[in-house]
Amino acid sequence: MQREGSRNRTGERRVKVAALVSVGRHPVTGRPRRAEYDARAVEIGLSLATREDLCLVHAGECSPETEVALRGYLGMDIGAVDVLQQPASADIVPVLEARLRDLGPRIVLCGARGETGEGSGLVPFLLAERLGWSLVCGLAEVESVDGDTMTVLQALPRGQRRRLNVRLPAVVTIDAAAQPARQSAYGPAQRGELRRLEAEVTPDRAARSWTTVPARKRPKRLKIVKAASARDRFKAAAAKAEGGGGQVLTGVSAQAGAEAILKLLREEGLLR
Amino acid sequence: MNDIIRRDPRSEWIARNRLHPEHDAVVARMGGGASLQAAQWMGPNGIMRRNPHAVGFVGPNGIRRIDRSGAQIGNAAGAVRREAAAAPSRRQVRIEEPAFYVAVVADMPGGRLSAHDRDVLGLARQLADANAAEAGAVLLVAFGELRDDALGDAGVDRVLAFADARFEGYAPELRLTALGGVERQHAPRHWLFPDSPLGGAELGRRHAVRLRERPATQVWQVADGQCTGRGAAGGADITRALPRIVLALAECAEPVSDTTHEARAIALPAALPQVLRRIEDLGAVAVDPAGVALAEAEFILSAGNGIRDWDGFHHAARVLGATEGASRVAVDNGFMPRHRQVGATGTWVTARVYLAAGISGAIQHLQGIQQCDKVVAINTDPGCDMVKRADLAVIADSGEVLAALVELVEGVRKEQRNAA
Repeated sequence: MQREGSRNRTGERRVKVAALVSVGRHPVTGRPRRAEYDARAVEIGLSLATREDLCLVHAGECSPETEVALRGYLGMDIGAVDVLQQPASADIVPVLEARLRDLGPRIVLCGARGETGEGSGLVPFLLAERLGWSLVCGLAEVESVDGDTMTVLQALPRGQRRRLNVRLPAVVTIDAAAQPARQSAYGPAQRGELRRLEAEVTPDRAARSWTTVPARKRPKRLKIVKAASARDRFKAAAAKAEGGGGQVLTGVSAQAGAEAILKLLREEGLLR
Repeated sequence: MNDIIRRDPRSEWIARNRLHPEHDAVVARMGGGASLQAAQWMGPNGIMRRNPHAVGFVGPNGIRRIDRSGAQIGNAAGAVRREAAAAPSRRQVRIEEPAFYVAVVADMPGGRLSAHDRDVLGLARQLADANAAEAGAVLLVAFGELRDDALGDAGVDRVLAFADARFEGYAPELRLTALGGVERQHAPRHWLFPDSPLGGAELGRRHAVRLRERPATQVWQVADGQCTGRGAAGGADITRALPRIVLALAECAEPVSDTTHEARAIALPAALPQVLRRIEDLGAVAVDPAGVALAEAEFILSAGNGIRDWDGFHHAARVLGATEGASRVAVDNGFMPRHRQVGATGTWVTARVYLAAGISGAIQHLQGIQQCDKVVAINTDPGCDMVKRADLAVIADSGEVLAALVELVEGVRKEQRNAA
């Protein structure tokens, strides 16, 4: 894919960026990998800051399997990842909060939700609330960062975009609308460093009483027909999807037809 | 009408005796006086009695026809009975003194309830009606102007509409203070949000974090005080006790269908605290429609075999601001790229308006546009399938109609520019 190099959108001033990364899970094979949305967040971070100013933080276990996944981020031209060692049953928010207070970044990037564990997508919200920072969801692109504010494009449904002016420091979540992450290169991934840091462990007591099972297919909603008589029930069961009720303009001039179409487009609010 | 059944033994006796000289008159009187013979009447013990000889009518060929839909019986008494049967299909429910509230913060795109909102309201109804001893009320919290006039049918007892223009657009901080005001005033037992991106998913998580409650997210089933939600990016089901704040997926419950509620507007919480706005909405950005993915485009202008003037078609798409699509024939003939193909073998589109120019509507193509709201067809053949599917069909040459449409739109734009 053609890229515009490591473009820096922040002008002259350097801006400190932190990206929170997690261990993902391949949806088909189930193998650990870099998480899709987190990798996109790192990609945005690379376009915002130099390599020294971009800091990757992971809170979680560091076993041989997860190490493979975390090295996926190192293969994106990243020097090192800070690994705050936490067991799987721990609440990672306090340790991340403390780490971010130490680092003092202006922008914190993270994926919209994790691919393992609870995956509720609450971590960025909790961090923003506890740190008192701004929070923006569904970021598509960062347009500019200047001083105390940044201008970003937020992704709306149907490919639409909205421009926002956000006061810094800010926590930003990234989902499928942002540009895809670059491929992870094997050599840099092996050379990069995983800095293991000891951290305090806060157990997640509420989650102990939960039962977690592999997802089963959701039941399909049935079309329930509430009919008073047998005839209505039969009609509903035997009914074909009929268009019907459409307006057909026959024998009109092209102008009259165009006017009718224009009226419909106006009613739907599609012409600006 | 009086509900007490008064017996008239003499007329009952005459009605039973078909050979009695006054039989017809008596039966007609019992059936409301309109027809010669009543098909059914209330018996002395409150049981409906039927007269099978009076059912149906004699058709044009002299054969007795029975139409159970009741569509063809010219029987006034029957019509009254049918209306009475149709009217109370939804039971009216009024809850004057609710024991508690279940608050639902609906997305309401365009001021109307979405299908997802209705499902969440159905879930709220389940939670509010769970215990017959204490009836809860469903409180709908809506931001922006309300345009839906059938809120009661969706199961809403009370409505809190923050219609101020400040709440329009992207204003999560303001909406959060409004929800905080509702929390202080009504203290709902549950808060339900649709877990939809950029709607309830964001606001619900912000609200939960602000209230220091741990929400259940991506919930798709609630039963017996337990809820089941998706975790691990759809890879796991997590079952836990039902928390106070629930973010529910679409189809989490059946929408309300057999009761209607009063949807009474209640006073907004007074004097919300001032907030420091850290996010400023600078408005929507013009997006090049050609760059929007076909699957999520809002307005598609699609071309088929009937298009001759391709430059004119591309020009029309530019002027209308539509994303271009094509039928399989147009793609196979090399007029459009493959990734623009709409239909079963191409892209399944979800456009709000689908304008099909010169497409006859093969079944594969019609499958691809199943989810479109409005379909407009321009075609020379009035009998083709696309015209049958379309909400508006113009039977004319598609090239000419598109040219006329472009002319009209450009004329309107020029007028607007001159007026401005």
